[in-house]
Amino acid sequence: MADSAPLRFHVPEPEVRPGDTPDFSKVVIPEAGSVERPPVDAEPESIRKLAFSIIRVLNRKGEAVGPWAGALTDAELTDGLRHMMTLRAFDARMQMAQRQGKTSFYMQHLGEEAVSTAFRKALEKGDMNFPTYRQAGLLIADAYPMVDMMNQIFSNDHDPLKGRQLPVMYSSREHGFFTISGNLATQFVQAVGWAMASAISGDTRIAAAWIGDGSTAESDFHSALVFASTYKAPVILNVVNNQWAISTFQGIARGGAGTFAARGLGFGIASLRVDGNDYLAVHAVAKWAAERARSNLGPTLVEYVTYRAGAHSTSDDPSAYRPKTESDAWPLGDPILRLKNHLIVRGIWSEERHKQAEAEVMDGVIAAQKEAERHGTLHSGGKPSVRDIFEGLYEEMPPHLRRQRQQAGV
Amino acid sequence: MPRKTMIEAIRDGLDVMMDRDKRVVVYGEDVGYFGGVFRCTAGLQAKYGKTRCFDAPINESGIVGTAIGMAAYGLRPCVEIQFADYMYPAYDQLTQEASRLRYRSAGDFTCPLVVRMPTGGGIFGGQTHSQSPEALFTHVSGLKTVVPSNPVDAKGLLIAAIEDPDPVIVLEPKRLYNGPFDGHHDRPVTSWSKHELGEVPDGHYVVPLGKAAIRREGAAVTVLAYGTMVHVALAAAEETGIDAEVIDLRTLVPLDLDTIVASVNKTGRCVVIHEATTTSGYGAELVALVQEHCFYRLEAPIGRVAGWDTPYPHAQEWDYFPGPARVGRALVEAMEA
Ligand SMILES: Cc1ncc(C[n+]2csc(CCOP(=O)(O)OP(=O)(O)O)c2C)c(N)n1
Repeated sequence: MADSAPLRFHVPEPEVRPGDTPDFSKVVIPEAGSVERPPVDAEPESIRKLAFSIIRVLNRKGEAVGPWAGALTDAELTDGLRHMMTLRAFDARMQMAQRQGKTSFYMQHLGEEAVSTAFRKALEKGDMNFPTYRQAGLLIADAYPMVDMMNQIFSNDHDPLKGRQLPVMYSSREHGFFTISGNLATQFVQAVGWAMASAISGDTRIAAAWIGDGSTAESDFHSALVFASTYKAPVILNVVNNQWAISTFQGIARGGAGTFAARGLGFGIASLRVDGNDYLAVHAVAKWAAERARSNLGPTLVEYVTYRAGAHSTSDDPSAYRPKTESDAWPLGDPILRLKNHLIVRGIWSEERHKQAEAEVMDGVIAAQKEAERHGTLHSGGKPSVRDIFEGLYEEMPPHLRRQRQQAGV
Repeated sequence: MPRKTMIEAIRDGLDVMMDRDKRVVVYGEDVGYFGGVFRCTAGLQAKYGKTRCFDAPINESGIVGTAIGMAAYGLRPCVEIQFADYMYPAYDQLTQEASRLRYRSAGDFTCPLVVRMPTGGGIFGGQTHSQSPEALFTHVSGLKTVVPSNPVDAKGLLIAAIEDPDPVIVLEPKRLYNGPFDGHHDRPVTSWSKHELGEVPDGHYVVPLGKAAIRREGAAVTVLAYGTMVHVALAAAEETGIDAEVIDLRTLVPLDLDTIVASVNKTGRCVVIHEATTTSGYGAELVALVQEHCFYRLEAPIGRVAGWDTPYPHAQEWDYFPGPARVGRALVEAMEA
């Protein structure tokens, strides 16, 4: 032992920092259409390599190719494009509203629009998502009223959540969108419980859990894998790998080896990686996983390989920790542009239609914003009542809260 | 009326509710096949099947986290944490998730969940099988916390907890699981079957949450206690001969303040006891409330007897435990002040 070298402590570092040239050379991108599509009842063991590859449908020319292509109709595709454009326009307006002091905080989806909007379309009514804060596309793709989303963001007197939640922490049972927690990862295991309950009840509905790459380090992520694999819960376990957790690169949660999808392999969970900027690939994989869950074949772990092109939130400045041009260098491109090009190649879209659609979408968002602002913004106009502080904590208000409400004079 | 131990009463309560309500699901570590390390769930899996009563992985956060999802789905999960000492990994799920689903979603999602856990000392469990974490729950808005002191209440409160639309923590004093406790550690445990409180009604009944019980009427001093300490308080009153009124709180949140205030206004004196560590314990809350509501009627400083501010020792647990002698001294002090 005496001649052992001193131990060294290892801290993973990203390839580049501000001022460096962006470098995604280590991200291995398989060609679109090159990854197999196993039957939904495939044994997890037999498809281990899908946890290390990336399933892609749209190629560089905008064509849909390979075994995962072909599931969506023209109308579904143009709807999908519109949902992504709506989310992007919504983000732009709400980001600006925050800068104007109309709300305290906002989190945008720039670059990740395909993940939630395409996923939503693979679920059925009654299925339940347990989202985190970057899946507003689940609501938009399910036609949840945009005005209500804005009322929530403005915490005005029409806020469905009565001013109790941070902006973007929506809730809608009706739209299969579980109430969001600010505490990362807690929802991941709750989704598994919901799915277990559905199976216990002999229901046909399934659950979907959502988590970011950074948050997979939380114990609740691992708890969820244990319960999902033990009880073969009908749940889709979604990891959105957008490369960054605020300023921390994904290697800090993952270490140097493997992938986030590979986390499922030790649990015997079917695990796949998919191009998160490819609307068709996301939809196809989600559909595959949903069918698997619904056929009592158990959980699937899906890693969406994507890139957070915007800031983490309105409180973040990404130029302090990554090269400014890194998002342009991201090899999987922009999800809206890619679907747009595909629709043009398919002959059902054009540059003019796109411009027109952009204008229409923005008009819709602006109209919704006007309506929401009529009810008030965070610091002006209508507010939820002070009574709402005390109401609805318990189904029936206990005496100590009644006393405190009286003390507050409401 | 059948006479039952607290364990049998709890099992009976679970049985009644599983039979009545298909939504009730019971799980936890060793809970299914074996019936739990304290045997509270024995026989339930055989009777109701593996999908209604089953073993869970050793993962407390997972147990409570999945139960939250189940409750949000519409089931009525009643989970067991093997010892209260092991609820800490689940604390985040309990205090930030279960407690708030209704509030943060403005009623869109609710969490009718019951978390049962054995608490307290008196069985030589050492520092990791003896804790009384009630103050960690009562401090959290959105949770309800109950602590039974006898089999009748254990069953009735548990049924009320399962039927409650909000998350309820049920702290089961394990010193009382197998038989009554007369407040003294050196006397044999007699069976609940020989104890009047052991007469447990059959079938469905409810001991409502938020209602205290007066276990002994008295005019000289009010003793506020719950769980195992109710029995210590009764022993101390007998031994000192002081005309103490002993109130068994039964539910800590929501608290039956009216019963407390009426009693202290009558006696003018108050002693608060619990088994958990003293500092920032639930007793501090009780003292503050009595002071706020009864100050002008008080004739003596409010006494407080609780566990020492140390981990629960193994060999000296009876020196840690607030026994009748310590409580008796506090009663005498309250009378002499
Ligand atoms: C339990 C917990 N710890 C820390 C935080 C603070 N926090 C909010 S977002 C975030 C980064 C999350 O990154 P990731 O999971 O990768 O998701 P992304 O924001 O990239 O979509 C952190 C550390 C929190 N909200 N909850």
